[in-house]
Amino acid sequence: MTVLGFCDLSVTYAGHVAVRSFNDILHSGEWMCVIGPNGAGKSSVLRAAAGLIPYGGSVAVDQKEIPATSARWRAQHVAFVPQNPLIPLDMTVEDYVLLGRNPYISYFGVETASDRAIAGDVLESLDLAGFERRNLATLSGGEIQRLVIARALAQQAPVLLLDEPTSALDIGHQQHALELVDKLRRERGLTVVSAMHDLTLAGMYADRLVLMHEGLVVAQGSPEDVLRPENLAKYYGVNARVHREPDGTIVVIPNRGRSN
Amino acid sequence: MARTRDTARLSWWIVSSAVVLVVSCIVALMIGPAGPQWWRIPLELLDRLPFVSIDSGISQRDWTIVWQIRAPRVVLAAIVGGTLSLSGASYQGVFRNPLVDPYLLGVAAGAGLGATLVFALGGARPADWLIDPLPLVAFGSGMVAVFVTYMVGTSFGRTRSNISLVLAGVAVTSLATAIQTFVLQRNNDVVRQVYAWILGRLSSATWGDVRLVIPYVVVSTVALLMHRRLLDVLRVGDDEAVALGTNIRRVRFIVVAAATLGTAAVVAVSGLIGFVGIIVPHAVRLVVGASYRKVLPLSLLLGGAFLVLADIPSRVLSDPAETPIGVVTAFFGAPFFLLLLRTRESAS
Repeated sequence: MTVLGFCDLSVTYAGHVAVRSFNDILHSGEWMCVIGPNGAGKSSVLRAAAGLIPYGGSVAVDQKEIPATSARWRAQHVAFVPQNPLIPLDMTVEDYVLLGRNPYISYFGVETASDRAIAGDVLESLDLAGFERRNLATLSGGEIQRLVIARALAQQAPVLLLDEPTSALDIGHQQHALELVDKLRRERGLTVVSAMHDLTLAGMYADRLVLMHEGLVVAQGSPEDVLRPENLAKYYGVNARVHREPDGTIVVIPNRGRSN
Repeated sequence: MARTRDTARLSWWIVSSAVVLVVSCIVALMIGPAGPQWWRIPLELLDRLPFVSIDSGISQRDWTIVWQIRAPRVVLAAIVGGTLSLSGASYQGVFRNPLVDPYLLGVAAGAGLGATLVFALGGARPADWLIDPLPLVAFGSGMVAVFVTYMVGTSFGRTRSNISLVLAGVAVTSLATAIQTFVLQRNNDVVRQVYAWILGRLSSATWGDVRLVIPYVVVSTVALLMHRRLLDVLRVGDDEAVALGTNIRRVRFIVVAAATLGTAAVVAVSGLIGFVGIIVPHAVRLVVGASYRKVLPLSLLLGGAFLVLADIPSRVLSDPAETPIGVVTAFFGAPFFLLLLRTRESAS
């Protein structure tokens, strides 16, 4: 089933074109990763799908055009992990995760016991059990990043947008968080769109990579097709080796010295 | 588990704050230049409760002083203090800026201009009028000023940013103040009255004033308290609040409208009492944390208590010429706030 569709998407900021004619269709349980150098337009694609910026063309979730939906409906269907979340340092961990339940709470309502149970489960699945009473100010960068993912998972939306979700995580927590997302997409058919800089991780988890450069999609397909040394040289300006491990994993290793 | 403990703690705070407010009011009723001995007043109050009968020995004349002069003033102080604190806390939530006060969008400047016009255009003898035009004009012009701010501030494309709204507030405030200064220049004779009004006063409070503001204050208070959870959602920023399913424009509009309604109403009867709207919510935050679920109700109760207590020295000091309440709130509030800040710093 088509869950998320982009048709001729374009995003313009004050005359500067950030994304042009982006097309894609995502089905339930699919994981697409948008890669590309800084400023390629990755975040803009995600932010358009989250309903946070005006755009040209069409973005539809469950066949519904984003601008035609209410913020509440969107938040029930699309969860977004921003690249630079605003962290209220004097909020508790539990209250922060409960924000993810906001789309299910009526305008003047309060959280129910089941909202709290969901928040507790999510915290536990991200190794944050026991942190409930702590203020965000006391958390490390990696803990904060997992907490933001936890808040998004508490939304229980069928589409999950991750903008650089693991940049502050150590290798262990990186794997833990991405494995959890992978498990959810397999078990619950979560559709995932992520923007990532770590190309090896991107290739390991995503079914499909989309390489963007200056707002345009310049390559897409399986990790093997996209993560080619010539693509990396051309669009990232990096001289890199690409290894294929026996298990099929693609590993990108930059070579020392100037590129090209 | 943690949540039930939290709820219990919040209830405890609310009950304690309500007790502080009631005790403040009773103490304030007991103090004043004329009237019965202070210790007789609680007895008389008890006597007036159903099923209680105590002879307090207060004469009818003395009780009139307490009930017609002191009581409306105490009640009005509680209403004004509570409303300014609650509105201040709500503005701070909507604008995500702890230094914002309820006068941000021009309600004070608008009301000030309205009051100045009333004084200048012959309202100097309000007794001639059928009804006192001062509070009505001040209320109306305060609301109009904020309405203009809102229209101008939200008409500039970037609807999700509230910076244009704040800047529009600055512009409207400057404009209203400029016109006010111009009018004052032309009408030197009313400078004293206008100045006294600007400093804020509760001295002329009557039950009529209380009845005048109560409907607006009740509507404003109920609307603001109902937004306490949504103000917590706004703490993660506009973008994320939208991504979490909040209709941020609607929330901001209702909160600003409700806070402005309450502020304009109390400003109309009490003038511009500064400082309360910033200092009380801050003090509350320092003690119980920044969640608006706690900050809003506690600001309401403790803001009321604060102004009731601040009004006591303003009545007693330099009697019979009163010290303006705005001076007292700043004089006692600022050091208290610094002390609180310091003890919290060393505690953490």
